[in-house]
Amino acid sequence: MDIKAYIILSLVLFTIGIVGVLVRRNAIIIFMCVELMLNAVNLLLVAFSKMHAMSTAAKASANFASDAQIFVFFIMVVAAAEVSVGLAIIVMMYRNVHTVDVNFLNRLKN
Amino acid sequence: MSIIQIIFLLLSVMAVGSALMMITSKNPVNSVLWLIVVFFAISGHYILLNAQFLAIVNIIVYAGAIMVLFLFVVMLMNLNAETEPIKNRRLQLIGVTSGGALMLIIISAVSKIDVEQLVQINAGDSGLIKVLGMNLFKNYVLPFEISSVLFLSAMIGAVVIGKKEEIDIKK
Repeated sequence: MDIKAYIILSLVLFTIGIVGVLVRRNAIIIFMCVELMLNAVNLLLVAFSKMHAMSTAAKASANFASDAQIFVFFIMVVAAAEVSVGLAIIVMMYRNVHTVDVNFLNRLKN
Repeated sequence: MSIIQIIFLLLSVMAVGSALMMITSKNPVNSVLWLIVVFFAISGHYILLNAQFLAIVNIIVYAGAIMVLFLFVVMLMNLNAETEPIKNRRLQLIGVTSGGALMLIIISAVSKIDVEQLVQINAGDSGLIKVLGMNLFKNYVLPFEISSVLFLSAMIGAVVIGKKEEIDIKK
């Protein structure tokens, strides 16, 4: 499989995440689109790791190519922590203004 | 067209189609369910790349824990298609146009690369639990321990933020 196919697939998923952030007003959906972008990057990192394993298969050990997958593991760890705090913030916002519409969050403007 | 390419195309169409359904569906519960489908398709890609540990972790952490948390919050707030705020058409058009322009530019830049690098499919042991565990606990012990502190602070932060406000001003 060519690496370009994986690059284009991750790019399309990432762009869908960006478009979702731009066109939706629900804070929870925007948060989900951020998760989608994180996953697109994870997929690209794993694909590059396997590309590296292909090109250095003869001379290096498997340990050498698994660094990127450790990195993906840490991205998942940080995403899990981020989601718990972010959802707590959204719940608190819902409790205060009784909506999840991000257009209502303009109190710092004036 | 080999069987690998067919599986790749199927999983890609599943991921992209579900992602599109996620950002277009009116009901937030449907969006959450479509995002779970996307995560399963990405896990299928990990299995195809023989990154078995990440495939399982992706299903357990993302499709299991995180999305259940999202679904819980959506149902707690009782969101549905009627209460869904809709952006006006002009802003939606601007968003889709700018995102599509970004995609086209990066795709055209990527397709200019003439390096033919192949990806190792369904082979190699760099994604197995044994190799990843040896690497994680030999070379990456310090980040692993720091991530436990991160989890503790995230837990405390979520509790502090989500706590009900006490009556703090004594009259």
